[in-house]
Amino acid sequence: MKAVLVISDRDNVATALEALDAGRSIQIGAETLRTCEAIPAGHKIALVDIAVGQPVIKYGSPIGLAIALIHQGSHVHTHNVASSRGRGDLQAAQASAEPGVRLAEPADTGEPSAPVVTGEPADV
Amino acid sequence: MSDRPGFLGFVRPDGRVGVRNYVLVVPTVICSSVVCERITEVQPDAIVALPHLAGCGQLGPDMRVTHQTLAAYCAHPNVGAVLVVALGCEQVIAQTLAESARRAGKPAEIIAIQETGGTIRTIERGRQIAARMAAELESVKREWCDVRSLVLSLKCGGSDYTSGLASNPTLGRLADQLVDHGGAAVLGEIAEIMGAEHILAARASRPEVGRDLLRVISRVEAEAMALGLDIRGTQPSPGNIRGGLTTIEEKSLGATHKGGERSPVVDVVPYAGRITKPGLTVMDTPGLDVESVTGMVGGGAQVVVFTTGLGTPTGNPIAPVIKMTGNARTARQMADNIDVDVSGVIADTLTLDGAAAMLFAEVLDVASGKPTTAEALRHREFAIHRRNPTI
Repeated sequence: MKAVLVISDRDNVATALEALDAGRSIQIGAETLRTCEAIPAGHKIALVDIAVGQPVIKYGSPIGLAIALIHQGSHVHTHNVASSRGRGDLQAAQASAEPGVRLAEPADTGEPSAPVVTGEPADV
Repeated sequence: MSDRPGFLGFVRPDGRVGVRNYVLVVPTVICSSVVCERITEVQPDAIVALPHLAGCGQLGPDMRVTHQTLAAYCAHPNVGAVLVVALGCEQVIAQTLAESARRAGKPAEIIAIQETGGTIRTIERGRQIAARMAAELESVKREWCDVRSLVLSLKCGGSDYTSGLASNPTLGRLADQLVDHGGAAVLGEIAEIMGAEHILAARASRPEVGRDLLRVISRVEAEAMALGLDIRGTQPSPGNIRGGLTTIEEKSLGATHKGGERSPVVDVVPYAGRITKPGLTVMDTPGLDVESVTGMVGGGAQVVVFTTGLGTPTGNPIAPVIKMTGNARTARQMADNIDVDVSGVIADTLTLDGAAAMLFAEVLDVASGKPTTAEALRHREFAIHRRNPTI
C-alpha cells in the first residue's frame, strides 16, 4: 500500500493512506516529500507551498482557498483552508442587519463538536 | 435467455419491474402510523408500513410533496398490494393513494380508524386484509428481466476519505455500466453537488438539463444562505471533518464520483418525482440520508447502493439498500451493516474494475431476492422531506 495518494496531476495536495509521523520522507514519483508535522490517515498533505488566497486542488478541481500560508509537507485541513460556498454567516455579517431575536431558539453553546465515543470500540 | 445481464424480478401490470413483492400499509397521516406498524406485525417479512410524521397541518408545496411521495410508494413496482389506513379527518386523501396503486394495476383497500371503531378493531381488520393480500401475492412469480429495467439509487453517507477514493468510484463504474446497458441511475443530495456542478453540467444531454441542474443547486445554496448561517455547521458534517474532508467542495467532488464518469445527465426531477429516462437523473433531495433515500425510491429506484466510510445502518421499507465501504476498519467493526467490502482498493489488492464487477454481481443477486444486511435487520427507515414548518 502506498503511504500517500495523488489523485490528479493537477493536485497540490495528496491524501495520506496511513498515519504519517512528522519528519517522514515519502517518495512521490521522482520527488521526495518530507512531512513537517504528523498527518492523520485520510487527511491531506501539501505537495508544494500554497500562498494565502490560492486554490487548494484535489481531484483536479479547487476544494477551497488557503486562509494561511501552507508549507510543503504540512497538514492541509480546516485550520488553513476554507470553502466559499454556502456562507450565509458572512452574508449576514456584511448586511449588518438589526440583530433579530427569535424566541424559543436553543442557545448556541459554541461547543466544538467532538466524536461521540463512549470508550475505544473493541477491534474485532 | 439472453447474453445480456439480468435478474429475476416481478413484472407488474403497468410494465414496471419490481425486485420485492410487499404488501404496503400506508398511513395517510401521523395519527394512523402506529396502527399501520401494528398491522405489519402479523407477517413482518411480507407486510411493511410507511410510518411518517406528516399528513396534516401542511400547506402548499409542503402538502403536495407528502401526498406525491406516499402516492409514488403506492405505485412502486416493489409493492404488490396496498392497504391505506386513514384516521378520517386528515388532509391527505386516502382515495387518491389507493387510486395511485390501482392505476398501476394492483389491489388497494382503505380502512379508517374513526369509521372502523378504534385502534384494536382497526388493527384486527387491517391484519385480516393485509394477510389475505400477502397470500394472494404468493402466486406472483419472479421472471427473468433485462438489467435495463433497473433504476438504481446512488447514495453516500457517513463519508470519509475512502469514499472518494474507493467506494464512490466503484459505484460510479457500475452506474456507467448500467447506463451503457440502457438502465437508469439517480443521484440526489443537491448540497453535495455544490462544488462539483461543473462536472455534471458538462455531461448534460441537452442544454436545458444543464440549466435546470445549476438552477436547483443555486436555489439550495440560496436557501442555506438565507438562514444567515454558515453551511459548515452541517456540510461537511463533524464526522466528515474528522475523517479528513475539509470543505463541501471536496466532499462533493468525491460524492459526484458515484454518478460515474461518462453517463449523460438526462433529467432533473423534483423530490420523489418519477425517473423516466435511461441515463443519469439528478433528483432535488436534501442531504439527510433517510430523506434522500426515501425520495429516490419514491422516484422509482428499485435498488439503492449506499456507500459509506464511517458506517451507517440505513434501510428503506420497500427497496433493498446495499451498503458498501472502502474502509477496512468499518467493514470489520460494522460487519452486520455492510454488504460489500471494497477496502482492497485502498490496500492495493483490488482494482476499481474488479470492485465494480463484484458490486454488479451483488446488485443482480439482491434484485433477484437476496436479502441485504439492512433487510435482515429490518432497517426500514422512511422520512418524507418537509419544505415548510407545520402550521
